[in-house]
Amino acid sequence: MNYMDYLKTQDFPLFWCGGCGNGAVLGAIVRSFAALCYSKEETVVVTGIGCWGKADDYVTTNSFHGTHGRALAFATGIKLANPKLQVVVLMGDGDGVTIGGNHFIHAARRNVDVTAILVNNYNYGMTGGQYSGSTPLNSITSTSRYGHIEEGFDICQLAIAAGAPFVARTSSDDPLAMQRFITAGLNKKGFSLIEVIAPCPTHFGKNNGMRNAADLMKWVKERSISVARAHTMNEEELALKLIMGILTDTEREDYGSKYSRVIAAAQEGRRDIK
Amino acid sequence: MTLKKNIFAMGNEAITEGALAAGARFYAGYPITPSSEIAERSSIRLPQLGGMFVQMEDEIGSIAAVIGASAAGVKSYTATSGPGFSLMQENLGVAVMGEIPCVIVNVQRSGPSTGLATKPAQGDVMQAKWGTHGDHGIIALSPSSVQECYDLTIRAFNLAELYRTPVILLADEIIGHMREGYCPHLPKEIIERKKPLCANRDYKPYDFCGEENEIAPLAAFGSEYITRINGSGHDESGNACGRLDNADKFIRHYHEKFQKNRDDIIETKSFDLQDAEYAIITFGCSVRSGKAALKLARQKGIKVGLLQLVTIWPFPYEQVAKICEQVQGVVVPEMNLGQIQGEIRKVCPTHCSLWGINRVDSQMITPYEILAKLEEAAI
Repeated sequence: MNYMDYLKTQDFPLFWCGGCGNGAVLGAIVRSFAALCYSKEETVVVTGIGCWGKADDYVTTNSFHGTHGRALAFATGIKLANPKLQVVVLMGDGDGVTIGGNHFIHAARRNVDVTAILVNNYNYGMTGGQYSGSTPLNSITSTSRYGHIEEGFDICQLAIAAGAPFVARTSSDDPLAMQRFITAGLNKKGFSLIEVIAPCPTHFGKNNGMRNAADLMKWVKERSISVARAHTMNEEELALKLIMGILTDTEREDYGSKYSRVIAAAQEGRRDIK
Repeated sequence: MTLKKNIFAMGNEAITEGALAAGARFYAGYPITPSSEIAERSSIRLPQLGGMFVQMEDEIGSIAAVIGASAAGVKSYTATSGPGFSLMQENLGVAVMGEIPCVIVNVQRSGPSTGLATKPAQGDVMQAKWGTHGDHGIIALSPSSVQECYDLTIRAFNLAELYRTPVILLADEIIGHMREGYCPHLPKEIIERKKPLCANRDYKPYDFCGEENEIAPLAAFGSEYITRINGSGHDESGNACGRLDNADKFIRHYHEKFQKNRDDIIETKSFDLQDAEYAIITFGCSVRSGKAALKLARQKGIKVGLLQLVTIWPFPYEQVAKICEQVQGVVVPEMNLGQIQGEIRKVCPTHCSLWGINRVDSQMITPYEILAKLEEAAI
């Protein structure tokens, strides 16, 4: 398959702002689909609401565009009802871990076999740059003009703590890492999370003295360290650092597989599901 | 219809069995009194039939999973009560705008807020209609017996599939927890959703114009068609669309598809109305008090009949208007402060008096309260 087959090029140009990372993430996703020869008929892209939630407008697979923060809950029903489907969930930081935080931790804990690709641009871009659950302390946003007094989530650690078997982080200026992690996440049986740090020069950058995407990417790069390097650092040194790479990759039986054993037990009149 | 033997069961059990008989094979829900027996029974029964049960993190996620599963082609349902029904309103709108069939059982309890958590009420009539924001139509059915719990759940699924809509089964704590005999017969009719017959590339999941009942066929995720489901403003293909004429067309459609099919959707039951000079118009648990009051009043020589609203939404205005035209007065017992009475008032002519009997103390309205009003009226 050619990755262009997964793109609705007739609806180009993408509506996202110049310097936004979303287009690059979308590119990595469709390249991953092509590499895995995904059938469009058996793939469902589920999106939430927000800038990244518009991504389904540009894909040729099945799509489900629901409500703000609920994409993982819709995806849970889709995947459990038809396990043959490849279910890919696209969420932003406001969508995925702020309004949708409850669904996020429970989808990870429940270990539903879906792949979540969460683009973190540290603010609500669509509504004008207000702070989200991932906005760093002291940041200026449309709703924290005196400096943000809350600490942001470490989204990957949140997913790991909730039990996600595959968690990786990269940034939108690293297309090879994005494609590698997304492909690995799609291949993973169970809940996988790929967090992509992306620039929002229109709001977060402008509000915080980084007027263009390059400034923002530089800011991300300065804070980025590899998993290997993180192992050599203590907690104090790790503060405010972004650990890039595959942060966890473990085996844990997914909900659907376990449930098929519930069905077998129920149909055979057993009370145990070993 | 193959008859099975009568079973002594509670309404919530009959609702579960009705869902399974209708072909539902997916349940997602969150525990809440007085609906939890539906979740509990579904968790046992669904896997026996190869179906799936999942207890979600909240009611927002529950209805989302139900909608997702239905979009993947499996008949799906959830059950809740007032507070959970409030949480479901957001994604109920997705089912409305995405035109995804599903069944939401609301076993009503006392509100507002947490209210009296274990006590009955009938206060969600308007929430069932207008709970989710924006103009839209909806179907709501209200059972008054355990048999109707079973039968109307089957009908709810049939209507959901036929009209591509969420259907609300508006039960109440009294009917949900009451035990009586019912017959879980094989359904007379099982309606499956209309699937597209066109070439793959021509399929548009929202192209309702020219279709029977103005309902577009719905291909499940994983079929040979590409299906784009969209809860935002969308065109016939499901692509995001901000065109104003398009918004006008679709928002009118969410309303009109029910209006155009009122005759098929609306069901009422008449009792002793032929010669009636007074009528009791009611629904759900209050039908039982109404029927007892009817008997008592007839014994006293008052010519009373009863109109049971089986379908609450779309509201049976024509059927109600006909009765109001015939009688001198209408009594409306309901365990709320007049939500049904307000709808009746819209079509009640001036010669016909309209009285409400309303309780919000979670006590069932007694036949004697209704009788007293009828006696007062008939003097």
